[in-house]
Amino acid sequence: MQFSESIFAERFHITQRDLEGYLAEALSQGGDYADLYFEHLLTSSISIDESIVKSASQGVSMGVGVRVIAGERTGYAYTDDLAPEKIRKAARVAAHIAAGPSKVEKIDLNEGAGHNLYPVVTAPAETEFAERVELVKRADRAARAYDSRIFQTQVVYADNLRQVMVATSDGVLTVDRQPLARLSVSALARQNGGAPQRGHAGGGGRVELEFFLHEKTPEHFAREAAREAVAMLEAAPAPAGEMTVVLGPGWPGILLHEAVGHGLEADFNRKGVSAFSGRVGQKVASELCTVIDDGTIPGRRGSLNTDDEGHPTGRNVLIENGVLRGYLQDKLSSRLLRTPSTGSGRRESYAHIPMPRMTNTFLLAGRSDPEEIVRSVDRGLYCANFGGGQVDITSGNFVFSASESYLIEGGKITRPVRNATLIGNGPEALKYVSMVGSDLRLDEGVGICGKEGQSVPVGVGIPTIKIDRMTVGGTA
Amino acid sequence: MTENHLPELAAEIVRRALAAGATGAECTISEGDEFSASVRMRELENLKEAGSRAAGLRILAGRRTGSSYTSDLSRDGVERLVRSAIELAEITTEDPHAGLPEADELGSLAGDLGLYVPEVDRLETEFKIDLAKRAEAAALETDARIVNSEGAGFETHIGRHIFANSRGFSGEYRSTYCSVGAVPVARDGESMERDSWWSAARSVDRLEPAEQVGRTAARRALRRLNPVKVPTQKVPVVFEPRVAGSLLDSIFDAVHGMLVYRHESFLAGKLGQKVASESLTVIDDATMPGLFGTSPFDDEGVPSRRTVVIERGVLKSYLLNTYAARKLGMKTTGNAARGLAGNAGIGHGNFYAVAGVQTPEAIVGGIADGFYVTELIGMGVNIVTGDYSRGAAGLWIRGGELAHAVSEVTIAGNLQDMLNNVEAVGSDLEFRGSLASPTLKIGEMTVGGK
Repeated sequence: MQFSESIFAERFHITQRDLEGYLAEALSQGGDYADLYFEHLLTSSISIDESIVKSASQGVSMGVGVRVIAGERTGYAYTDDLAPEKIRKAARVAAHIAAGPSKVEKIDLNEGAGHNLYPVVTAPAETEFAERVELVKRADRAARAYDSRIFQTQVVYADNLRQVMVATSDGVLTVDRQPLARLSVSALARQNGGAPQRGHAGGGGRVELEFFLHEKTPEHFAREAAREAVAMLEAAPAPAGEMTVVLGPGWPGILLHEAVGHGLEADFNRKGVSAFSGRVGQKVASELCTVIDDGTIPGRRGSLNTDDEGHPTGRNVLIENGVLRGYLQDKLSSRLLRTPSTGSGRRESYAHIPMPRMTNTFLLAGRSDPEEIVRSVDRGLYCANFGGGQVDITSGNFVFSASESYLIEGGKITRPVRNATLIGNGPEALKYVSMVGSDLRLDEGVGICGKEGQSVPVGVGIPTIKIDRMTVGGTA
Repeated sequence: MTENHLPELAAEIVRRALAAGATGAECTISEGDEFSASVRMRELENLKEAGSRAAGLRILAGRRTGSSYTSDLSRDGVERLVRSAIELAEITTEDPHAGLPEADELGSLAGDLGLYVPEVDRLETEFKIDLAKRAEAAALETDARIVNSEGAGFETHIGRHIFANSRGFSGEYRSTYCSVGAVPVARDGESMERDSWWSAARSVDRLEPAEQVGRTAARRALRRLNPVKVPTQKVPVVFEPRVAGSLLDSIFDAVHGMLVYRHESFLAGKLGQKVASESLTVIDDATMPGLFGTSPFDDEGVPSRRTVVIERGVLKSYLLNTYAARKLGMKTTGNAARGLAGNAGIGHGNFYAVAGVQTPEAIVGGIADGFYVTELIGMGVNIVTGDYSRGAAGLWIRGGELAHAVSEVTIAGNLQDMLNNVEAVGSDLEFRGSLASPTLKIGEMTVGGK
């Protein structure tokens, strides 16, 4: 997309010269670097509960954030008013992080190139509401029809269209139009008046509404949520203690996000507070493990044409055959560490300072047959699906919570067990990966990653893997 | 923050919605100024300063609802806001329980609730940065093993909240928030641990001294060094106040009216029954002056109040907004909470467990072998079933003493059993946020380790 076609040029009549002027103002106190992040965000959400469409809402917000870097210091200010005097005021506030005369003579902006990973003509947020409301109604019907034991369903459809423009004192100018849509289904099952169990499913991406009509339909997510709820009705207490764990493909890739992803973000490593600090070149996983963070997969929830600092996203190898290769870099860390940015600078909105973040994080497929992996386990836990996870990057301890798991007994998946949290230590856990399946699958597109109060959409993926030793937090 | 016409604007938006065909309307406007300074290794790292405001509208068209929000408060922006909410009501379904609170339920607490301290707006930037520096310096100077820091920070937020509806309610309140916190990193050989501590108040003079915050954070990080992964076993578990607060959060979820009417809570259908040990009394009180869970009215314009949720182990009340109350055939408890968009949800005021008589030392002193938990991570709480399984770190109790650090373990049980098994409630209740609990001892949980 070109600057001249952007909403900022067309509707708000902002010119390149305006941007150059704001950047000069931001550097007027001697800062080394400045950037502007303009954002116009349209969001909508529709929800159904008890088969009643109870809520439909839409909103628009916009603003610009001005950042100035002086050495290791960052000054930040933003305004939700795009009037020139308001932007200049924000630039002056941010400028004060530095103290001295301006070092910049002239800024010449040139439009930078990014990818074209989501060539969406009509974003879901731009379609008729009547079309979108059908998605939640269809999912509600399908979940209830799945099994007579399903007694409650809730479906939320949410989309947004984020239009962004980044201008930097390095002379980079990028614009992007980022659509995102997601359908989430929750179903409750109960039998013979017993205790209810819940199942969840959902997905989406940077896609057109067509995606939900042809690729991943409301019925697909509804059946998956209902299936999980019904499966859990028979669940026995989960085991406790160290055992062999097999993770199924797809969303269980959250293991990588928590175990290694956060610990490899450059800000923590620059400061030496991560359990992975100073370990580049060292073995941190079994040689079966190659972990990639790739922001360039077309249409994926975690993908971006350029990151939120105007740098093209990339395919970054974090761990190669078990050896730590590098960190996820944003602009500030790459300046201070004198390495190239990996296109990993992201932020929640114009009101937030960017920092290194993941995009789509996954483990490359191996050679093992997934069924053979299960057959090789005499006693262990098979985890088909997970809720969320969390990590303490300093100690390296991480958790992720199984929402659907089964015992493996004598090489066979047998009984379902109740929710349990799994815990491990980042630089150690992947050393116990002894088999990697050939069935790499990415998750369906529901991930949200939180860091220092900022949420961004991400993706994960993993093939079936076997971990010889991991602590399972059950009660039995 | 400037004086302006926002209350009039909220009333105007409600009038316009009615003129455009709505049968009812409610408008929320919030405005806020934020400041934050962070320092790391004694140097200023980030400085952020900005303000913003936005409006949200929810309309009723008979028994259908639609809602919208905008940060564009211009004439055009407001027009789009109204049109958007009206249009959206057309795609929703008639819901017999939808609607605003009754007129006689609306109102606002009188008097000064101590939520706003104007001096917060007049603090000098250098003074604010210095508070963060003092907190971090104190942490770094506590012990030679405090070798690094993730930083320290000072933040303020000055907010204004306005609400108006078509049944004649119009109200507003201002609030201030200040906090100072530090995250030091301790190292001993290969062992590296961090922890944090912070203090928050409505004004700077009510904060804990910055040095005390830094030293507390440092001591917390130091006592986590050289942790042991203990064997899997069933033992008594003591939650220190900070993590006991997260247990209160789970109790709040379980009495959340929306989850209750959907049968998504293990406490659904248990009103009047014994659901916890007699030593446990839980209260929600949004009327306590100066605290962070306090407000004059809830997000539907219903006056804030005090509700006894669990009394000596017996479930006395759920927490409700108007919608959940109607679904359950009850009355709202004034717990409506919402962002700018969508229907009102449910929030808590100051939600706390009433203090007991035993000191935390006496509680730990009575345990031969047990786990004193100082940190919980992960989201392993299932409110539908009560299943509870989280990552934990803390200290092992041996012979009534805190013996050594423990990490990379889980604690698991079921909330129904855990509540019935609260064997001791400490005397150390302190309000550091809107959720508060003294030290709690659970008779037995499964610790998952080696």
